[in-house]
Amino acid sequence: MANNLIRRYSDGERWNHWITAITFILLACSGLAFFHPSFWFLSGVLGGGELSRFLHPIIGVVMFVSFMIFALKKFSENLINQTDKQWLSQIGDVINNRDERLPEAGKYNAGQKAAYWVMLISMILLMGSGIVMWHEFFSHLFSIAVVRAAIFVHAISSVVLILTIIVHVYAALWVKGSMQAMLSGVVSRAWAKHHHPAWFRSVDKS
Amino acid sequence: MANAQPMTIVDRSASRVPMALKSNPQLEVAKLIDESKCIGCKACQVACMQWNDQRDEIGSNVGVYDNPSDLTPASWTVMRFNEVEDREGSINWLIRKDGCMHCEDPGCLKACPAPGAIVKYDNGVVDFVKDNCIGCGYCVAGCPFDIPRISKVDNKAYKCSLCSDRLAVGEDPACAKACPTMAIKFGPKSDMITLGNKRVGDLQERGYQKAGLYNPQGVGGTHVMYVLRHSDKPDAYNGLPTDPKISQTVSVWKGATKTFLSWTMGAAVLAGVAHYLVKGPKVVDEKEEA
Repeated sequence: MANNLIRRYSDGERWNHWITAITFILLACSGLAFFHPSFWFLSGVLGGGELSRFLHPIIGVVMFVSFMIFALKKFSENLINQTDKQWLSQIGDVINNRDERLPEAGKYNAGQKAAYWVMLISMILLMGSGIVMWHEFFSHLFSIAVVRAAIFVHAISSVVLILTIIVHVYAALWVKGSMQAMLSGVVSRAWAKHHHPAWFRSVDKS
Repeated sequence: MANAQPMTIVDRSASRVPMALKSNPQLEVAKLIDESKCIGCKACQVACMQWNDQRDEIGSNVGVYDNPSDLTPASWTVMRFNEVEDREGSINWLIRKDGCMHCEDPGCLKACPAPGAIVKYDNGVVDFVKDNCIGCGYCVAGCPFDIPRISKVDNKAYKCSLCSDRLAVGEDPACAKACPTMAIKFGPKSDMITLGNKRVGDLQERGYQKAGLYNPQGVGGTHVMYVLRHSDKPDAYNGLPTDPKISQTVSVWKGATKTFLSWTMGAAVLAGVAHYLVKGPKVVDEKEEA
């Protein structure tokens, strides 16, 4: 590794991330097709309506497992602290690119942590409600009222997740140098120092 | 008997089509099931399976006369036998022919995500179109009467079609044709309402003061109606709902919510593009900060 680069994600972590990402895209496409008729054409992504109905829950389990492995690993790094509250209160500075005014972030800033928690909660809701509405295997174990509620929870939490992912992807495009972290696993020292100073110091020392 | 008539689709699942959405009152048909005349012979069940070429698996006795014990993908109608004790302490047998009610406002159609898998015709018949069905089971969640069943064999939803294929050529539904006591009548809906009300009057004269016509308005009326001797307690007829409606959960999920949330997701993407164009990316000056 060139000496102006710092490792941010291992090979395993990147595999883990991209498996989650690819399954998410497949799920979002097939799920949106079921959500609103205007998105029906997206059922073609998985090969049509019936295949979408069959594959969606299976891919869902893969995404859930993959996400949870990543999320559990990153749990302690995503606990909200006082600095994060300060960071969030200065969201205007974040949006307006006045980074120099922001409190020092660790490995993850408060925005990333917020995304982490929203994703974690919606993933759990999606998996739980998804099992209840998985007609092929599980729906008969629940009353129709419970299945109805599950479909509703599934629809709402999927929209919340999609919105969070839109923000997540946008942030990766907006903050130059971030995409590299998840593609090749490394970031520049300057990037680390600028965006995650507390994390930079801790890895710089070691 | 209804005359042969072309049946025009007026509503279609998961489709944005400028259709009337309501049945044509001139063409509306209905099946009238007179519970007081039913002897529980199951001729209607046999006729149904014969016409629709369905053969259910042989089940086992569950201690009541119901056979099969529930609606299945191959049994689109089932006689429900209920023993009810009246005030004098004697046993009354309330027998109800269960099956699709063909709602004017069908919950199954509202919930269905597959374009054209569920259609409603101008005569009020609600029909499943097998080729378009994807087997997700949303219709089961949408139905206020717990009618659709998903086949384990082909993962398609099945229910009574009101013999739409017979109606199209001017024939009555198979069950109505087979009923030996004429407890099942079929014809224009207005005629069936008149007939039903007349029958209700007769029953009231005979001492069934609570007799009434079951044509629930919560789902806009149905194209299968019952004459009930005890219309004050439809629940006694194997849980026939007193005031069926499309569940609030389904209405909210399939109402404005899905459109609003779809636009919200689109707006989020546009907001990202706009922000990038106005504020620009965050770029770290490698030389300055290294």
